[in-house]
Amino acid sequence: MSLSVLQAGPMLSVQDLGRKGLLHAGVSGSGPMDPPSFRIANALVGNPETSAALEFALVGGVFAVTHPVRVAVTGADIDIRIDGVSRPAWESHDLRPGSKLAVGGVRGAVWGYLAISGGIDTPVVLGSRATHLRTALGGHQGRRLQAGDTLGLGGGASGPLLRLATMWRQAAHPIRVVAGPQDDYFGPDAWAVFTGARFVVSAARDRMAQMLEGPMITAVRGHDIVSDGTVAGSIQVPASGKPLVLMAERQTTGGYPKIGTVASADLPRLAQTPSGQAVRFKVITQEQAEALLLGWRRAWRTVIANLAEKPRAAARTRSG
Amino acid sequence: MNEPVARRDVFPRIAACGDCALAIEFAEHIDEAVNARVIALATALADCPIAGIEEMVPTYRSLMVLYDPEIVSGRVLRQTLATRLAGLAVGRTPLRRFRVPVLYGGAAGLDLAELAAMKNMTPADLIEMHASADYRVYMIGFAPGFVYLGGVPEALHTPRLPQPRQHIAAGSIGLGGQQASINSVPGPSGWRFLGRTPVRVFDPARPQPFLLRAGDRVRFQPISLEEATRLDVAVAAGEIGMTAEGAL
Repeated sequence: MSLSVLQAGPMLSVQDLGRKGLLHAGVSGSGPMDPPSFRIANALVGNPETSAALEFALVGGVFAVTHPVRVAVTGADIDIRIDGVSRPAWESHDLRPGSKLAVGGVRGAVWGYLAISGGIDTPVVLGSRATHLRTALGGHQGRRLQAGDTLGLGGGASGPLLRLATMWRQAAHPIRVVAGPQDDYFGPDAWAVFTGARFVVSAARDRMAQMLEGPMITAVRGHDIVSDGTVAGSIQVPASGKPLVLMAERQTTGGYPKIGTVASADLPRLAQTPSGQAVRFKVITQEQAEALLLGWRRAWRTVIANLAEKPRAAARTRSG
Repeated sequence: MNEPVARRDVFPRIAACGDCALAIEFAEHIDEAVNARVIALATALADCPIAGIEEMVPTYRSLMVLYDPEIVSGRVLRQTLATRLAGLAVGRTPLRRFRVPVLYGGAAGLDLAELAAMKNMTPADLIEMHASADYRVYMIGFAPGFVYLGGVPEALHTPRLPQPRQHIAAGSIGLGGQQASINSVPGPSGWRFLGRTPVRVFDPARPQPFLLRAGDRVRFQPISLEEATRLDVAVAAGEIGMTAEGAL
């Protein structure tokens, strides 16, 4: 039972929810850039949340399978075709041997997910199948997928085709940020710039970090600190004065002062903001960010709990 | 609205790192006693865990704790941590000592000759100075298993290269500023390199993927090319390739 990659987008990798418990040993969590979309994709094909699926940026690729599976694509408005017939994202579809699944352009966002029933069965490395591209850990040989790759699939493929009954929407607020841990490295002028200016999401971005373009932010106490721990969402300000946000594949420690940390509930929204678009930052308290996070978890859990079987008529045309 | 605060000089202090982490900062500089407190707190929290803490990241001067706000709020966790800090006893953790074999010079010793010239030393003197120091693992960070060492003799403190090199092999033995390194994975680096160890401080395929942890003591043992070649074979066959010198 396997999946063949016939064509691959430029940033196609195996991900699961990421490595846990090894930050103290320098091992990045890795995992999806947009965790709720990743979770919903797995749920749509009946996979447990621990299953591995594929993540891609902008373009997925063309795929074929050796046995019947269900597939689902999530993350954004994404063009999907099975044997040339257009299919909607955010619901599951049957894919049979001999058919070709083309996962095309991501519209108005960056990251997409392709889940396959049974899950991608690559070796578990340090507790996870997630690919960490920088250190070539996990996934398929620790690298991006390319045409010609074949990935094993787990079993347990049968089940109904599902769709969303509750919409999953990311709000369009400013990106909310908790100040610190080095908030005191920045004076009132720097804070006025950070909270007042628009920052353009740069095309200089990958799974490790997102660069931002905008007015310079100067740290009154300098742009070097004795390295300390980072989290996904840490906003580092190097001597260039251009902030960068650490993402899923971040290094575990860093030596630039961190003016703030993007709220967990807003980080996938930043990840999904197309290059060239502007964002603003709004400072909230840690308590407010925690409340946002809990509400956000409730929201995607509700979406997953309310997945509905697709109407029979739609299901019947699937073999078409 | 969380107003940006004035500089806070009172340590230890607890800083917010978003909605899932707190950093307990003991100082802003590199200091052995500071690092000992970081490790003492990490050890105390590992021995007697606080519900909701999922991971800990000990670094030179701070301990980051990652928590799940569904289990414990940052506000409550700050109070619990403050109580733990008040009763923190340092120095109970037994030290682990290791002797790491190093082949100085050769292809991996990219900067040995130049560095010796810069310091007005012979390469042999520089090797002896590097190998006679007692190093402390301040943290494992940046990349899997990457070892940051303190305790570099002052005469060996060296600025980093203006232009980083694109590929430095795993096992390379480096110097950067006041720090020394055992590189764990291949990658770019602006540090200067004196040689290599056959030991793989990180190997995900090994039952024990990481050999060192923050707080360990390390000494370097110069070895011959013959010995390095023998150890390369042994390490490839699954041996650790370095010796523990026992707890202090």
